Amino acid sequence: MIRLAQVSKVFNQGRHNEVRAVRDLSLELDTRGITVFKGPSGSGKTSLLAMIGCLSRPTSGRIHLEGRLISNLPERFMTAVRRDTFGFIFQRFNLIRGLTVLENVMLPAYPLAPAPSTLRDRALDLLRQFHLAERANNQAEWLSGGEAQRTAICRALINRPRILIADEPTANLDSQLSRELLALIGDLADQGKGVLISSHDPLVFDHARVSRVVELRDGRLA
Amino acid sequence: MRALLRRQRYLLDYSLSSLARRPGKHLALLLVYTLIVFLLASTLLFTQSLRREAALVLAESPELIVQRLLAGRHELMPADYLHRLGRLRGVSESYGRLWGYFYDPAVKANYTLLVPRQDPPAPGDVILGTGVARARGLGVGDYLSLRSARGEPFSFKVAALLEADTELVASDLILLGPEDFRRFFAFPADRYTDIVLRVPNPSEVRKVAEKIALALPDTRPILREEILRTYDALFGWRQGVVIVLLTGALLAFVIFAFDRAAGLSAEERREIGILKAIGWETGDVLRMKFWEGAALSLTAFLAGYLLAYVHVFFFAATLFAPVLKGWAVLYPDFSPLPFVDGLQVATLFFFTVFPYTVATIVPIWRAAITDPDQVMR
Ligand SMILES: Nc1ncnc2c1ncn2[C@@H]1O[C@H](COP(=O)(O)OP(=O)(O)O)[C@@H](O)[C@H]1O
Ligand SMILES: [Mg+2]
Repeated sequence: MIRLAQVSKVFNQGRHNEVRAVRDLSLELDTRGITVFKGPSGSGKTSLLAMIGCLSRPTSGRIHLEGRLISNLPERFMTAVRRDTFGFIFQRFNLIRGLTVLENVMLPAYPLAPAPSTLRDRALDLLRQFHLAERANNQAEWLSGGEAQRTAICRALINRPRILIADEPTANLDSQLSRELLALIGDLADQGKGVLISSHDPLVFDHARVSRVVELRDGRLA
Repeated sequence: MRALLRRQRYLLDYSLSSLARRPGKHLALLLVYTLIVFLLASTLLFTQSLRREAALVLAESPELIVQRLLAGRHELMPADYLHRLGRLRGVSESYGRLWGYFYDPAVKANYTLLVPRQDPPAPGDVILGTGVARARGLGVGDYLSLRSARGEPFSFKVAALLEADTELVASDLILLGPEDFRRFFAFPADRYTDIVLRVPNPSEVRKVAEKIALALPDTRPILREEILRTYDALFGWRQGVVIVLLTGALLAFVIFAFDRAAGLSAEERREIGILKAIGWETGDVLRMKFWEGAALSLTAFLAGYLLAYVHVFFFAATLFAPVLKGWAVLYPDFSPLPFVDGLQVATLFFFTVFPYTVATIVPIWRAAITDPDQVMR
């Protein structure tokens, strides 16, 4: 259970270009199943996911995860929660150029310092599971869109997070790849991962496996 | 503990691969950095060796040397002055020296001919400094032929070579017996080049010098401490070298600060954001970047220092020859003894690695403390 209480996010507060991206939002979310945040561009979806995923702090309000306060933690604890609980799939994939697919996947585990052989095996397992085994030693920038997306998913899963956060995951994919991606996400949900997705793509929020759609507009529930 | 080390290993691995990922930029940086360390280290090693050689030479030198002057110029010393000087209070020992310079047109070099006080070579024999032996291609048993100042040919048998514990003074030396010396230079029998006095008690040296100036007004006593001071001024340790060192360090600082402050590229900033977003702490990012800088600094430092070492000790600081001509005049053929001083290495390390580290870590730190939600845009 994720509980948001009067959460706001204000950018450039007090300046002439002040933006209220999320306004006074209260909400309870299940940590199982697939939840989609739907809404037009600029409605605050990304800002909200960033706060839930401990990538940024609310300007005001509180966020609890399973009863534990996770907003407004000191940086180190915030990072620890982010690392242990959430896996991120970004709209622009955000793979690091020049590194191999395998290295990209292992990257989130470096601060946890597992034994190198263990980490390698775990990463290779994931790559097999997502049909990327042959790509393991290729440079990330040479991947096709679908491959890059699946690499990003493997990277999100390497620390075995309970919750996956995907920001506009189909924005850079064609319909075919989008459907494949949603099938993969569905499988992960079946394995017990909670999934939070932001999207304004009907392919996503009309998908059969989506358990809940939360609609946003101007930083508020619509 | 294991995990802590392993974590550093992971970060270090990442740093190295990140260095390899941007070879152009990092190679350029490495080159400039190495060059700076090379220049600084060469200066330091060279001056340090000069001072050290000088100290070795002076440790042996007597407290007082007395020269005779004629019209303000160095003149030969009458032998009977020796008794008058030897009788002065505080002087434990006095002896006349025979030495002089000889220009050898065959190899276009100046030799120093010297009659050693102890065990002078037998008549017809000479002992050669390594530089002379090298220049003339001579070994023990060979003959050294020289045409004297009056045009007469002389031929000496090389009885031995000098062991060069200080190449600086020994290199251009020819040791020979007093009779040969006088014959070769047609040097008057009742004259010496100068006179040396040993004064065991340091507090009496000045007094003795004053008495000499009174008793023999046509002479000039030279104190060892004065020589020391002259050397110091020549080497300009305090003035010149420190200035060179500081300007060098400042230059290093400016270049790197500029390179780094002028910015992390957008891509580097993004990479930092991604790492943080996927679970790296600010500290991890800083440590990773620290390793990156450390690997670069250390490589540059070692390479620069090694190059400087080779430059100074194996190539006799060739690149500096024009700059340091003033010193080189003292020693026509200076090839210093290899020598490394821990403190000096530490100083150099501090002046090069420290500014670089500070200059690089600040912008990285600024990028690393921002919230990682930017990578979602
Ligand atoms: N770092 C920022 N600085 C200033 N304004 C921002 C920043 N991030 C987002 N915004 C603004 O906040 C609003 C919500 O943005 P966002 O959360 O990205 O919406 P969505 O993901 O639904 O498109 C937008 O108007 C956007 O311009
Ligand atoms: Mg968005």
